[in-house]
Amino acid sequence: MAGAFWCIVEDDRAGRPKKVTAELLGEATRLARQSGGHVEAVWLADKASEDGLKQLGEWGAVRVWLLEDAALAPFRSEVWTPAVAELAGKEAPQAIFGAVTSRQRELLARLAARLGVGLAADSVAFRVEDGKLIATRPVYAGKLLSKITWAKPPWLATLRPNVFKAEEPKAGAVPAVERPSVAIVPSRMTLVERKEEVATGLPELTEADVVVSGGRGLKGPENFVILEELAKVIGAAVGASRAAVDAGWRPHRFQIGQTGRTISPKLYMGFGISGAIQHLAGMRTSKIIVAVNKDPEAPIFKIADYGIVGDLFEVAPLLTQEFKRLLEK
Amino acid sequence: MKIVVAVKQVPDTATQVKIGADSKGIDPAGITWIVSPYDEFAVEEALRVKEKRGDGEVVVVTLGPERAKEALRTCLAMGADRAIHLNDPAWEAADSLAVSRALAAVIRQEGPQLVFFGRQAIDDDMGAVSTQVAEFLGWPCASWIMEETVAADASSVRVARQVEGGLEIFDIPLPCVLSAQKGLNEPRYPTLKGIMGAKKKEIRDVKAADLGLGADGPRLSVVALEGLPPRPPGRILSGEPAAAAKELVRSLREDAKAI
Repeated sequence: MAGAFWCIVEDDRAGRPKKVTAELLGEATRLARQSGGHVEAVWLADKASEDGLKQLGEWGAVRVWLLEDAALAPFRSEVWTPAVAELAGKEAPQAIFGAVTSRQRELLARLAARLGVGLAADSVAFRVEDGKLIATRPVYAGKLLSKITWAKPPWLATLRPNVFKAEEPKAGAVPAVERPSVAIVPSRMTLVERKEEVATGLPELTEADVVVSGGRGLKGPENFVILEELAKVIGAAVGASRAAVDAGWRPHRFQIGQTGRTISPKLYMGFGISGAIQHLAGMRTSKIIVAVNKDPEAPIFKIADYGIVGDLFEVAPLLTQEFKRLLEK
Repeated sequence: MKIVVAVKQVPDTATQVKIGADSKGIDPAGITWIVSPYDEFAVEEALRVKEKRGDGEVVVVTLGPERAKEALRTCLAMGADRAIHLNDPAWEAADSLAVSRALAAVIRQEGPQLVFFGRQAIDDDMGAVSTQVAEFLGWPCASWIMEETVAADASSVRVARQVEGGLEIFDIPLPCVLSAQKGLNEPRYPTLKGIMGAKKKEIRDVKAADLGLGADGPRLSVVALEGLPPRPPGRILSGEPAAAAKELVRSLREDAKAI
């Protein structure tokens, strides 16, 4: 099954590949090593950059297929899909990996339909067995894990951010850059505007290494500031439980759980969150879980690595102070 | 204006799902089945479009076993006009691609201007079907929409699509496929009158042969369904809050190396 593992590049829309692309390339490198294949990046952008191309080489891509065209921005799946499908038709890659992001989620789904192959969306692990790839994906919002395999290549999958490790960057590795000619079809969709969220200065929830999250125990929207102060000190994103979102304390994009975002940071700290099954589903793959809750019977303590039974209004500011002291050293 | 809404029946979010005897599917015993929460936003939005325009028809469609009729009844009770049930043992092991192909075929027969989905069904969490239906139909699509306004002349729709760090507002010509994100609206509860009325509304059964779909092998197969690996036992830090906080920060730094 020697063949190319393609990784679709997720960039910052300004010519720089994002961290999740290093994670894709890292996992593809490990799988290619086991199966005798090799790793290539596919970058669709209105404008790429030399630094970006170099970066992809250092992250493990031996070749970059660069599709650079003004019509590729903003992202529209109806434009990107035929372009990647045409290239895949010519090059017959073994696998095509994308990231679980707003763009690539759509791209890979459409691509799977166009190529008539299976898609393992939101995968969290892979294994090569008897020349076949087996993907592990959480189902029922992470209450169970499903292992699935493909009937035929290319094996399409999207990979959850923050789960797969990047390889050590290979300093000075230079990828072969190909600029294939593929048809770019006109789009029927017109971008009217892009509304940026007010910058919080905090990382994005699904990309953050550390997440601080608040629930009903916060008693009101105004008290999230307590968690924001802690988050600022440790560079965390701030999330919320469904109870807090449904009460209107936080916008839905901050909701963690079965009807919100699924996260797996290095460190998750829940404050005033009891741990309803649908919330646990969204965060139980976090590496370290900390829970602070007044109720010693709160279900979240069952999966927590560290727990403090206590009043979050007292404990959270103390933690902020302690972290400040530690990190200032 | 005709609108099709595709829904899926899934286990309730509070259900503790268990692995079935074949270790490839779940044990259906004791499960409370609901309309997938994101699909409720889709149904609600379709009803609002119809109500705002003062005309039109909302058709709900699902693919699933006999019990999935309950989900269709719920949508009819919310106010949808009629329902289509893709109900055939041939679809028992259907993967997202097979489901998408079947839905695309029935949508092609219905010929709506607008198709709504939820952003994903909360059972297999694949989130691919709405986009794949759009691909099979050759229509534009936008997923995870937070706002939607159909133009007065019904030629296009303006949508706000949730992306990392913000929203992208697009104008899309009709017909198109949209998938609903939480926050799009607040779904209504069926009224008693709605529930009574739903009993008289049509639910049409459709077989694979009715859609001209032949046998087509699955593209994905389940190797196994597994429980989560247990997490190591945790540690409760007791004592004075200040001491507990101090010990927690030390542990996170020195033992867990998480900070």
